[in-house]
Amino acid sequence: MNFKINRDKLFRAILYGSAFFLIVLIFGFFITFILESSESLTKFGFGFITGKQWDPVDGHFGALPFLSGTLITSFLGLIISFPISLMIAVFLSEYFYKGFFHNVIKTAVELLAGIPSIVFGFWGLFALVPLIREFQLSIGIEPYGVGIFTSAIVLSIMIIPYTASISREVISMVPTDVKEAAYSLGATKFEVIRKIILPYSGSGIFAGALLALGRALGETMAVTMIIGNSNSMPTSIFSPGNTMASVIANEFTEATDSTYVSALIEIGLLLFLVTALINLVGKYIIKKTVQF
Amino acid sequence: MNNELTQNIDINTDKISFLIKEKKIKSRIIKDKIFKYITIAGALFVSLILAYILFYVAKQGISSINWNFIIELPKPPGEFGGGVSNAIVGTLIMIALSVIIAVPLSIAIGVYLSEDRKTKLSYWVRTGLEILQGMPSISIGIVVYVWVVLQMGSFSALSGGIALAIMMLPVVAKSTEETLKMVPYSLKEASLALGVPYYKTILKVVVPSGLSGILTGILIAVARVAGETAPLLFTSFGNPFMNVNMMKPMNSLPLVIFNYASSPYKEWHSLAWGASFLLMVMILILNITAKIISRKWKIKF
Repeated sequence: MNFKINRDKLFRAILYGSAFFLIVLIFGFFITFILESSESLTKFGFGFITGKQWDPVDGHFGALPFLSGTLITSFLGLIISFPISLMIAVFLSEYFYKGFFHNVIKTAVELLAGIPSIVFGFWGLFALVPLIREFQLSIGIEPYGVGIFTSAIVLSIMIIPYTASISREVISMVPTDVKEAAYSLGATKFEVIRKIILPYSGSGIFAGALLALGRALGETMAVTMIIGNSNSMPTSIFSPGNTMASVIANEFTEATDSTYVSALIEIGLLLFLVTALINLVGKYIIKKTVQF
Repeated sequence: MNNELTQNIDINTDKISFLIKEKKIKSRIIKDKIFKYITIAGALFVSLILAYILFYVAKQGISSINWNFIIELPKPPGEFGGGVSNAIVGTLIMIALSVIIAVPLSIAIGVYLSEDRKTKLSYWVRTGLEILQGMPSISIGIVVYVWVVLQMGSFSALSGGIALAIMMLPVVAKSTEETLKMVPYSLKEASLALGVPYYKTILKVVVPSGLSGILTGILIAVARVAGETAPLLFTSFGNPFMNVNMMKPMNSLPLVIFNYASSPYKEWHSLAWGASFLLMVMILILNITAKIISRKWKIKF
């Protein structure tokens, strides 16, 4: 009998232990980032974020080119993908909520979410970059092909599934009687969608966009392959640049002196904090919406 | 339908307002139709993009897939042929490693969350899982580099496996929690009432009845990490030779794609396309299996 109780206690301890371990892990992440980037944190301070020059040879480390590269590609990607994601969500939940077309589009979105980012990057490099280059030639600017605009397009394709699936979930939670009430008053489907469904699920859709933005900010491989890896400030949306994630991917194994490494880790820390914040806010909004 | 509406209006109103209303109804109907077609066009557009990507990768990759591709090592640039056997073996080893590390831990966390639903610790664990899930994979790579690679003094497959395990953790833990929450309380109570100890109730009654959900979660997590490159860049690093030693750098399919795609050699590009195709087929099979399992063994109570 005594033996059995001990085993129960042991089992409980294992459960608690692993739960506790996760929290330790997250704190460990945070502390590691702070410790490893402390050299750059103390040396550059706030100037790290506003510095426009990234020159490892001279020891100048300013992350503004990468910050702006990340923000421009992510927001541009989100702006491109948002209307399309919303269309898919509406398509799946209001127009074709079952049947052949529903399954086709649903499977397509799921498959899109399953394609590894490296394959997106490879495809972008060989299929999309030549197209963009031709486009750039035709409007008479320097035909890099690679660059911020190309990355934003690939990112927008990559994040469609996130916004679409969350929006669909929120839209499906709009109570049927409210919709039916509107229909019974003679509203068309468009009016129901615009005046009932979208206001009702607005905050949830916003959260979906936020989570997609978090994905886009941290996306590494696809962007690394097609952004052109230039460490200067981007001058237009067609110019090559670098994002926070791609500069880490490119330079981390080559970085030799400790300031360089800690500067790169500080970029990692910034990325970690921003994406954590965005995710927590997004999840919080979704939780609030689901409670209704 | 339209005629009925207009007739009703005709009876109730005079001629002028009737004309205005008919115009309004017509424009509303037209707006509705336009919106419908735009929506359909958007959905079709996405499926076309997907089809294009799949077709493009398949077209480029299928020609380099043959028996030699699977059993041979990569050849130096300039020589045609060769394969990616080291990357295939490496991917399998690292996925196995990450499954061994992540699955017991994440199932334990999932069980904990489904048992203690509203304690302070469970709130923080849930928050932690959310942070981990949204964490950029490159950040995980950095931390594992500091924790494992710097301590061991060299890049290794083990560190790659740990990085992938950290990525798997939130997915498996979440799906375990969600599934076990659906197991009815009465089942657990019946077992406890029969005098079965708590740990046996959980391990032999609760977890087995949610097994399909847990298995689906594991498969989805494997599909997610199989294509991950960023956390492997500074952990398993890549290796042009065959290696099965966990303490040494090891190649994997995503790393092959990254390294060969950015090289200037045509032969290496075709190897990378082959690897992309193989990777996509692998992930597709994993996802389909997960779907079949979740559909066939769905918990019904």
